[in-house]
Amino acid sequence: MLRLPPFTYHTPKNAVDAVRIAKEYGREAMYVAGGTDLYPNMKRRHQTPAQVISLRDVPELHSMEVLEDGRLQIGAMVTLTTLEFYPHLKAHYAGFAHAVREISTPLLRNMGTIGGNLLLDTRCSYYDQSHEWRESIDFCMKSKADAICWVAPGSPRCWAVQSSDSVPIICAMEAEIELAGVDGMRTIKGDDLYQDDGIQYLTKKPEELLTKITLPAPGNWKASYLKLRRRDTYDFPVLGVGACLWFAADGTIEKANVRLGGAGSYAMPATKTEELLVGKKLTDELIAEAGAAAMKPARTMDNTDLDVYWRKKVAPIYVARALKACR
Amino acid sequence: MALENPNTVSPKDRDDAPWQHDKKKGELEHIGKPIRKVDARSKVSGLTQFADDLTMPRMLHMKLLRSTMAHAELAHIDTSKAAALPGVKGILTGKDMPTPFGILPVSQDEHALCPDHVRFVGDPIVAIAATEEETAWDACRLVEVDYRELRTIGSIQEAAANDEPRLHDYGVRGNVHRLENLEFGDLEDGFKRADHIREDTFWFEGNTHLPMEQHASLAHFDKDGKLTIWSSTQTPHYLHRALARVLHPLPANRIRVIATPNGGGFGGKSDPFNHEICAAKMSMLTGRPVKVALTREEVFWCHRGRHPVLMRSKIGVSKTGRITALDFHSFLDGGAYGSYGTASTFYTGALQTVTYAVENYHFRGARFFTNKAPCGPKRGHGTVQPRFAMEVQLDKVACDLNIDPAKLRLDNLAPRESVTANYLRIGSMGLAACIEKVVEGSGWNERRGKKEVTKEGRIRGLGIACSSYLSGAGLPIYWNGMPHSGVQLQLDRSGLCTVFCGSTDIGQGSDSVLGWIVGEVLGINPLDIKVVTADTDLTPVDLGSYSSRVTVMTGNAAMQAAERARDIVAKGVAKKLEIPAVRVVFAEGRVFDAEDPDTGMTFQEAVGVAEAQVGTIGTVGSYTPPKSAAKFRGGGVGPSPSYSYSATVVEVEVDPETGIYSVPKVWMAHDIGRALNAAVAMGQIEGSIYMGLGEAMMEEMAYRDRSHKGKRVFLHKIPSMLEYKSPSALEMPDCVTYVVEEPDKNGPFGAKEVGQGPLLPIMPAVANAVFDAVGVRVDENPISFEKVFAAIQAKNEGKDPRYGPAGDETGIPDVNFGESLKIKTPWQGGDGTAWNEPKRTKKAKK
Repeated sequence: MLRLPPFTYHTPKNAVDAVRIAKEYGREAMYVAGGTDLYPNMKRRHQTPAQVISLRDVPELHSMEVLEDGRLQIGAMVTLTTLEFYPHLKAHYAGFAHAVREISTPLLRNMGTIGGNLLLDTRCSYYDQSHEWRESIDFCMKSKADAICWVAPGSPRCWAVQSSDSVPIICAMEAEIELAGVDGMRTIKGDDLYQDDGIQYLTKKPEELLTKITLPAPGNWKASYLKLRRRDTYDFPVLGVGACLWFAADGTIEKANVRLGGAGSYAMPATKTEELLVGKKLTDELIAEAGAAAMKPARTMDNTDLDVYWRKKVAPIYVARALKACR
Repeated sequence: MALENPNTVSPKDRDDAPWQHDKKKGELEHIGKPIRKVDARSKVSGLTQFADDLTMPRMLHMKLLRSTMAHAELAHIDTSKAAALPGVKGILTGKDMPTPFGILPVSQDEHALCPDHVRFVGDPIVAIAATEEETAWDACRLVEVDYRELRTIGSIQEAAANDEPRLHDYGVRGNVHRLENLEFGDLEDGFKRADHIREDTFWFEGNTHLPMEQHASLAHFDKDGKLTIWSSTQTPHYLHRALARVLHPLPANRIRVIATPNGGGFGGKSDPFNHEICAAKMSMLTGRPVKVALTREEVFWCHRGRHPVLMRSKIGVSKTGRITALDFHSFLDGGAYGSYGTASTFYTGALQTVTYAVENYHFRGARFFTNKAPCGPKRGHGTVQPRFAMEVQLDKVACDLNIDPAKLRLDNLAPRESVTANYLRIGSMGLAACIEKVVEGSGWNERRGKKEVTKEGRIRGLGIACSSYLSGAGLPIYWNGMPHSGVQLQLDRSGLCTVFCGSTDIGQGSDSVLGWIVGEVLGINPLDIKVVTADTDLTPVDLGSYSSRVTVMTGNAAMQAAERARDIVAKGVAKKLEIPAVRVVFAEGRVFDAEDPDTGMTFQEAVGVAEAQVGTIGTVGSYTPPKSAAKFRGGGVGPSPSYSYSATVVEVEVDPETGIYSVPKVWMAHDIGRALNAAVAMGQIEGSIYMGLGEAMMEEMAYRDRSHKGKRVFLHKIPSMLEYKSPSALEMPDCVTYVVEEPDKNGPFGAKEVGQGPLLPIMPAVANAVFDAVGVRVDENPISFEKVFAAIQAKNEGKDPRYGPAGDETGIPDVNFGESLKIKTPWQGGDGTAWNEPKRTKKAKK
């Protein structure tokens, strides 16, 4: 592993300054939160920002509070370890707390932040390699504009994979994302932060700063997250099922959100599964049927760990198990 | 490969040697006690200096530019832009070091830098030294290499089918490196007498050592014309030889190799490497110290790990399961260079007979060159893949005959103190005790076949497997009549005892072994002994830390040196005390009269007394293994002073819906002969379980093979610690470890090996346990989740409940092995020679 390339390190004291610096330097600048994704990527020369803007000293990004209406607002710089051990989260957001605990290792959760995890770069086994390795394949389009995508050489787009554990469940829960930009704040739904492209996987402008995540108030809903990977630590998900079901008093499902992470460039909705669930009660038969309907949207490609066909075949099983956990 | 050594002592001379166990177990003071390793505190407190921790004034940093093509000729290399970069102090290319080298005399096929032909992505082409590591890396990016692409040979099948282009201009033909064909006894008769015959095909994917420490070296050619290199190597002696060869005319006596403590080796630091030779040459070129520290990816390129092996095994058994005949084929994917591959090929056929008595045995082995990182020795060298095949096949035989797999094994055990069909001499043999331990401990008889379901819906299964491994190769890798290990001992009036030995501590505890043995013989605290090892200027030659040879070989040499020292001191003390020398006892740091223990002195005083009488006290000891019983060509691989034995029971829990499984518990019994330190031995056993589970569950040297617009991309798929999957602490199961002691006459205090043997049975035991749980066979290693799932699906669809390579011509390459060497077994009246072998010239005798 090489050392970090040279860069200028900025430590703004508030969000407005941070955004201003980012806007000023444009493409040369990148934000760094915990650094667990960015710094290794910089060492491999995936990104070489000349200006690195640290968010460590921005106080508003470190807050965590239960709002008056019961919603939970989490600052983007809150570490994953803090979240993991936050009693309120465990008590009212068990599925999300589980997802946080599934991220990487305790050491990386000590450094990594929720904001950083939500913005995690997409991953691909043709891309997440050393510079020398990528020289040997003459790079791919995520590294170099005029190169091909080795996953699907005929394809005009990049197929790098959404690999964050928090994203599928945040999207399923319809959590809100607060962004600070040069023109002030805006709030969007989790789903709207992402798009289906391995390179431009975020909809936000480069200088826009993710400041807060707001989870819905506890109520008639339950969310779950189930992660498929080879080892029970370290590994990124090769499939991450985020599910959230809203129930009527009699147990009828009023609304269903199922998102598949690790199976495409964004957390994809399992639309057919969702449609099957709404208006029914969560019986074993329904779970099996709704799970089976998730095979088709699981768009597995040969660019992560584990066999591509196997991942597709176990997706329905994992979706069914995630739904079961919403009971 | 090694030739026969005419100077080895006869077995009789060895048995009569006075330095064989002269103490009974009950009399031992230090041996067998869980005392700490001599280097333990430095290691755990982070004070041990590994190669990459070393630094010198004016030191340069070197990087290697490596091939980006899997197979190509080098048309032109332009280093002018790199040379112009400020900070660059030296550049080397292939023409600066034209002499080829290699670990085995029969395959001197590597160059420090490729002169004109690159054979895999990662083959080094240019070395650049600069004042900063980043500068050297940047300079490498400025080198222009003009490649002329050659067709890539990516697999055994491709190598067998394509003679051209050849990777090397030596070998059998085309891209066939080695072909071996050895027939012991009468196969036809053996199969005729069999009541049950089955044929199976197995595939074992390659995997790598993954040591925590990445290879690093520091070379310094000083102003007095002497070269010193500090390197993370398991074999300083072989590196010394390779340096002397390539750096000719620099004489060997001006080259000093110091092996730094290895942060894990496992066989991956046993070859002389390009980066070591380049660092030495670069220091000679620039007159400055030169450091090279490999990246993790480069460690994957160095590789020398487990060969991918395709195997076809035909076994004949009697009604009761006794093996009457075994016909075994192995096809090895050697990667780009020879390395230890000739030995690896023989090892895929060598040790099948050492666990179970095989009456008639035919082995055919072929090794191919392919455009992959070179394969070589990894823990269990070459015997791991056939062990997987044999133990899974025996499980199937037991299933066919409805015999308990544990009983089938017990019924077939090779006898102790016997000679096998392929002329390996077995000494002590504790496999029966090992099997009994794990059967009892795991509740095998009550729990096997019960298919218990856990509350998560997973199904439990138990699998058993056994193995054997050598305590050091009986022959050196280059022909010579000299000892395999030498030890020098120095005693002085301060009471200090210093042991000098060329052996290398790779974490296994070999430095400590020297201390324990010498401490036991001289009756002094092992932690008071100074151990100096692995420095070719200071220490007598030891061949290196490979093939589990160190405890037996350096142990015996150390014992001889210590006993000689004890004799000198005893004589001095006897004279002073006016008693016969035989009455002088060494224990508890004192030297005293056995009949009147109060009469005596401290060890320090005793050394002074002797020194006053005879002058400076120094002794030497050396060890050469006993002569092999095998006299046929190829019989040099497999013989060993003794064989260790292991048996394991592995428990799995399989999710029948997904094929995902875990290993919650492992029982492992290992016959170590005599544990010099059971705590350290158990560390080796549990380390083997860990590494074996990695191989069984996930590790593989997978390659990306893609083509785009006529260009084929062929390189290691996942050369990183994150994506080359190896188990974490979470995957490590509970281990129940049994140390079984069946002392062997060839070992110091009866000791045999422990570093490698316990790895071998893990992979087949996992496969057998999966079968016990869900009734499917995975005839491939790793036994990954996808394969278990595919086999379960096949079973659910009413197809053959198996995942594995095809046994017909679509899976097995068409290779003509030629006529076999025919050797009569000992029970046929054979004498260890092949009756159809052409007369060998006596030239080697000189």
